Amino acid sequence: MGHPMRGATAITGLGITPMGRIFGKSANELAADAVREAIEDSGLRKDEIDGLLINPGITGTTGGGIGLGLQNYLGLNNLRLLNHMNAAGSTAAQMVQYASLAIAAGMANHVVCVFADNPLTEGKSSGSSYGGASRMPSRPQGVGGLYQHAGFFGPNTSYALACSRHMELYGTTHDQLGAIAVAERAWAVKNPRAQMREPMTMEMYHASRWIVEPLHLLDCCLVSNGAVAVIVSSAERAGDMKAPPVYVLGMGQGHPGDPLRAGSDWETETGAKIAARTVFSMAGLGPSDMTQLQLYDCYTYTVLVTLEDYGFCAKGEGGPFVADGKLGPGGSLPTNTGGGELSGYYMWGMTPLSEAVIQGRGQGGERQQPNDYILCTGNGGILNYHGALILSPNRS
Amino acid sequence: MSDTTPAPSRPLPQADEISQEFFDGAMEGRLMLMKCAGCGALRLPSRRHCDVCLSDQTEWVQASGRGVVRSFGIMHQRYHPGFQTPYNVAFVELDEGVRLPTNVTGIANEAIRVGMPVVVDWDRYEDVALPKFRPA
Repeated sequence: MGHPMRGATAITGLGITPMGRIFGKSANELAADAVREAIEDSGLRKDEIDGLLINPGITGTTGGGIGLGLQNYLGLNNLRLLNHMNAAGSTAAQMVQYASLAIAAGMANHVVCVFADNPLTEGKSSGSSYGGASRMPSRPQGVGGLYQHAGFFGPNTSYALACSRHMELYGTTHDQLGAIAVAERAWAVKNPRAQMREPMTMEMYHASRWIVEPLHLLDCCLVSNGAVAVIVSSAERAGDMKAPPVYVLGMGQGHPGDPLRAGSDWETETGAKIAARTVFSMAGLGPSDMTQLQLYDCYTYTVLVTLEDYGFCAKGEGGPFVADGKLGPGGSLPTNTGGGELSGYYMWGMTPLSEAVIQGRGQGGERQQPNDYILCTGNGGILNYHGALILSPNRS
Repeated sequence: MSDTTPAPSRPLPQADEISQEFFDGAMEGRLMLMKCAGCGALRLPSRRHCDVCLSDQTEWVQASGRGVVRSFGIMHQRYHPGFQTPYNVAFVELDEGVRLPTNVTGIANEAIRVGMPVVVDWDRYEDVALPKFRPA
């Protein structure tokens, strides 16, 4: 007897707005565009939507982001499920999880999960939207100010420090990190939605400027304006709906805690290690069963450490594992087939989730890969928060 | 009136209610840590409750000021006018196990290594001193 949640729900609707330097729309407006498209895609009537889960991006913190008011903007009335969620990049997978649990419990039938963000301002750099310097007080209060005095700015700094420790402990090289960037760009070339479609060579990777050494510009994700919405429904209903259902076979989370606490190995062992046990156990599957991966890739290093934590290779061997190009087109472990957040678009956990739905439906066009079992992950904070799904076009 | 604009400075932390002893100690060259009176765990004074046992009863102890570079990076992108790039950033792990964000001083950026032994090196301002670390 399998786990009762294995195959209990499916993703039945998908909406994706244009991505990147898209200006002139508020976060609510972007969200509404994505939700309208997801509802049309699902074949549902708007009044059949009875659940809404909302995840703002960075603009949820900096201002202007989507919040509970989105319900009214969308004119969704008499909902049976509603929340505003934020566990950073792990939220997209988590929204599908909470929607699935609520649907299985009879609390809702069709739940919209939506992410929208518009941190980019016309004429300003991408970096300025996440660095946080403009919001920094001249006299920060308490020991938290040690970060600011030392000159830590945004996630780039902390991920660089995590990466530097992996490189020191295990001998991980820039050629190995670059193999991830090059592979993802090769996928992005095949994805009409991707922001970065110029082919990337290893020479271009090495020549890209340092952001925070050891991270080059091309180790870092994009910043995008846009929105993505998915609809989660029960597996029974999904079979009769318009879009090909993508079933949820496994769900898991992992949240290791304060990186600064004594004894933590946060740099090299992430929440993925905790989530892996739950998600594989629920699905009754293991790493060797996965036919493609959609991994959260805020940095090249995030992909490398996630592969290790899920057991695709041993701890410390992520560098040699990716170096042969197996993640890219023609490789043995197709990963981030839309170009990921590095070269596709940066919608937090909705980047891997949206590509997983496209692939799960077999709608990947020239980048379509075998899709029997798709591992889809989200990572947030500084490797603090992790959510995982195993998705499949087959319910059993 | 001076016609020169002072150079922008780094954000300068100041004490809040729970970190007063830390900042007072720093002005006297002592690196002070919170010690849980319940279980003895050490921490930076960033929270009133012990993150091991949740006791809110605390004592203060002076750290040795010795530790190792746990990880480091070199900032090339300039985000704030108070910083001249490139500069290093690091997490130092004290011998007592507590970690803190800092900079490594007295050494070229290229020579910094993970695991390098370091000792506290105070960066002093008029009303605050911050713990930085130089090679031991």
